[in-house]
Amino acid sequence: MSGKKSLWSDLHKSLFEKNSLILTVGVLVTVSIGGIVEIAPLFYLDSTIEEVEGVRPYTPLEQLGRDIYIREGCYNCHSQMIRPLRDEVERYGHYSLAAESMYDHPFQWGSKRTGPDVARVGGRYSDEWHRDHMRRPQSVVPESVMPAYPFLETSELAFDNVEANLRALRTVGVPYDDVMLAAAVSDVETQLDPYADDYDGFQERYPGAVMRDFDGNPDQVTELDALIAYLQVLGTMVDFSTYEAEADENLR
Amino acid sequence: MKANPGAHMISAQGLKRAGSDPSTAIVLLITVLGALWSLFAAAYAPDAAMRGQAWLILGGFLTGIFLLVGSIASGGVVTDEREYNESLIKAGVIASLFWGVAGLLVGVVIAFQLAFPVLNLEPFGFTSFGRLRPLHTSAVIFAFGGNVLLATSFYVVQRTCRTRIAGGIWPWFVFWGYQFFILIAASGYLIGITQGKEYAEPEWYADIWLTLVWVAYLLVFLGTLWKRKEPHIYVANWFYLAFIVTIAVLHVVNNLAMPVSWLGSQSYSAFAGVQDALTQWWYGHNAVGFFLTAGFLGIMYYFIPKRVNRPVYSYRLSIIHFWSLIFIYIWAGPHHLHYTALPEWAQTLGMTFSIMLWMPSWGGMINGLMTLSGAWDKLRTDPVVRMLVMSVAFYGMSTFEGPVMSIRAVNALSHYTDWTIGHVHSGALGWVGFVSFGALYCLVPWLWKRKGMYSKALVDWHFWIATIGILLYITSMWTAGILQGLWWRTYNALGFLEYSFVETVEAMHVPYIIRAVGGVLYLVGALIMVYNVYRTVRGDEVEDDENVVDQPALEAAK
Repeated sequence: MSGKKSLWSDLHKSLFEKNSLILTVGVLVTVSIGGIVEIAPLFYLDSTIEEVEGVRPYTPLEQLGRDIYIREGCYNCHSQMIRPLRDEVERYGHYSLAAESMYDHPFQWGSKRTGPDVARVGGRYSDEWHRDHMRRPQSVVPESVMPAYPFLETSELAFDNVEANLRALRTVGVPYDDVMLAAAVSDVETQLDPYADDYDGFQERYPGAVMRDFDGNPDQVTELDALIAYLQVLGTMVDFSTYEAEADENLR
Repeated sequence: MKANPGAHMISAQGLKRAGSDPSTAIVLLITVLGALWSLFAAAYAPDAAMRGQAWLILGGFLTGIFLLVGSIASGGVVTDEREYNESLIKAGVIASLFWGVAGLLVGVVIAFQLAFPVLNLEPFGFTSFGRLRPLHTSAVIFAFGGNVLLATSFYVVQRTCRTRIAGGIWPWFVFWGYQFFILIAASGYLIGITQGKEYAEPEWYADIWLTLVWVAYLLVFLGTLWKRKEPHIYVANWFYLAFIVTIAVLHVVNNLAMPVSWLGSQSYSAFAGVQDALTQWWYGHNAVGFFLTAGFLGIMYYFIPKRVNRPVYSYRLSIIHFWSLIFIYIWAGPHHLHYTALPEWAQTLGMTFSIMLWMPSWGGMINGLMTLSGAWDKLRTDPVVRMLVMSVAFYGMSTFEGPVMSIRAVNALSHYTDWTIGHVHSGALGWVGFVSFGALYCLVPWLWKRKGMYSKALVDWHFWIATIGILLYITSMWTAGILQGLWWRTYNALGFLEYSFVETVEAMHVPYIIRAVGGVLYLVGALIMVYNVYRTVRGDEVEDDENVVDQPALEAAK
């Protein structure tokens, strides 16, 4: 590596080291290639996302619960992505499909499991368990290092503006229709009441959505209602008794 | 270095005040618009968090207006083309130290929270781990690291171009605008304003503000290159430029989002699920590659040769290092998504390029280390050189560990575990931290015109305490991570999973305590540094350090 003359380093010296704009453009081109080749195809290759039945947009209540999940930074310790490894599938359930998070803005796959994966936590525990767990995690899991969230069951859920939330989600591609937007605010309360007048309309909009009072306090719509509604729907939308993982269209 | 005939022109330009400069008016306009927006947000935001935070943002903008008007009234910003702008760098050094200590302190707190969950203070939701962890990562990466990069890049680009920084008031806009961004982001996390994407948590309005600041940063940097008095652009500036340009691209694309309201705090990512995941880790890994690597390699390429008074080992190696590093790094993102629902072809590409990345990384390490050829004795005599060399050694170690962890079979075990946390910290504490400390130890005597630091012995103490802290940190996290990975997949003789998840949580208790102790040591080292810098700046008796060679003034340089 001595002072031998080299065509390339001479060219480099007279081109990139003399002209800051050529250097800037050179950098831009160099760093663009990888991103374009890797990311762009994901938007148009059909095989990126499996075609499965059952995945629907979140109900307004579930979406607000998801917003709370994000607000509290749950993703810092919980993943939502079960890998197709024997131990994970046995511990958490069927491996996660791309389709299951296709309405997740943003994705919450996570990167660390200080606590267990929650991709299929829906239906695993009762609402009462979740209530106790949020009040004081150590009351149901003594070794847990999770923080307590006792304030959730006393905090009023702010949902007057939820139509705007759904509208923003529609702008980025979630298929909420006009009826869903118009009913967004009332759908929050409808989902909390299994005897609601609009039961059929709600089920038509969000097929299979669980309707009940989640926090055990029917007098108040709380943040805990929303969070538990979200946790209880996680991983439950696809019916894996009919899903054929080995079918051609599902191999990627 | 060739003599530059144009250098004599400088004195003709002389002293300039920017009172009537249109750029001051533009900055003032930006500030006024910002103040108006935050006033409306304070009144009409749909969410309570924004109605609260808008007052803080308004306060920031009003302070800005106040300072700008005061500055205009007293004749404007002084731009003396005969001198380097060193007060800008001094401000950057102080901000770096402040945010460094703050970020490390939050890190220590959350490390103890994982060992003792009672430290998540129940009555105060904002003290829970989920809100403090982004505060820690943003504070150390963007607040500490970012300020070190601002300060050193502004210093290096002036010195290696032998000209004052360009743009009149704009460099100050970049500096204060960046501190303001940190304040908005950090206060937002505490009250629950977050996008929920790791290392990109600030919400849309903070992102727009940062974009504005960043474009100004790029133009100030380029502007300084344009008026350089040196014929060639020095290698450190290539790395700084690549860092600034690429971070701009990553930041804008990954943060594309739809606000729920133009006066509210909330937004939804433009992408969903698998596409969002890869966009995020394309961003996330290149925050490592360009923010925490390319930028800090710029520091390595200036401060190591300066401190040991030797030329960079190989010019050609630095060319290869530069282009191959920036080309390959950008592909590495998918290794964060092995075995996930990301298509396998993308995972394989990510893994392949991650392994290739070992080569340019070690090329850079060799170029940095071999610059000491003929000056290895300084490792013994100069604790600052020892710090810089240790940082390059840690760079080599973590850029070896990274490609290993990106292999799919290894990643099956390491992913989701504390091994990743350990890996990140060997890079962050060892490489980024130490190269920053080394550069700051160089800068302080240069900027405040001292013959050396107040105490060389304290630099030595800082070095050893911090090094022991790093070793405790990474060894405990290796143990923790590999144990998690193995226990999660252990089967008993009957073919059932041997351990419940919570048994692995319980087993983390001791490693988490050791990790927290390591963090405390690292923080103590930083506090020693702050004390040492304080005594040096105050003008107390300093030790005459033969390794500190005065930097020439701009006028003398011609």
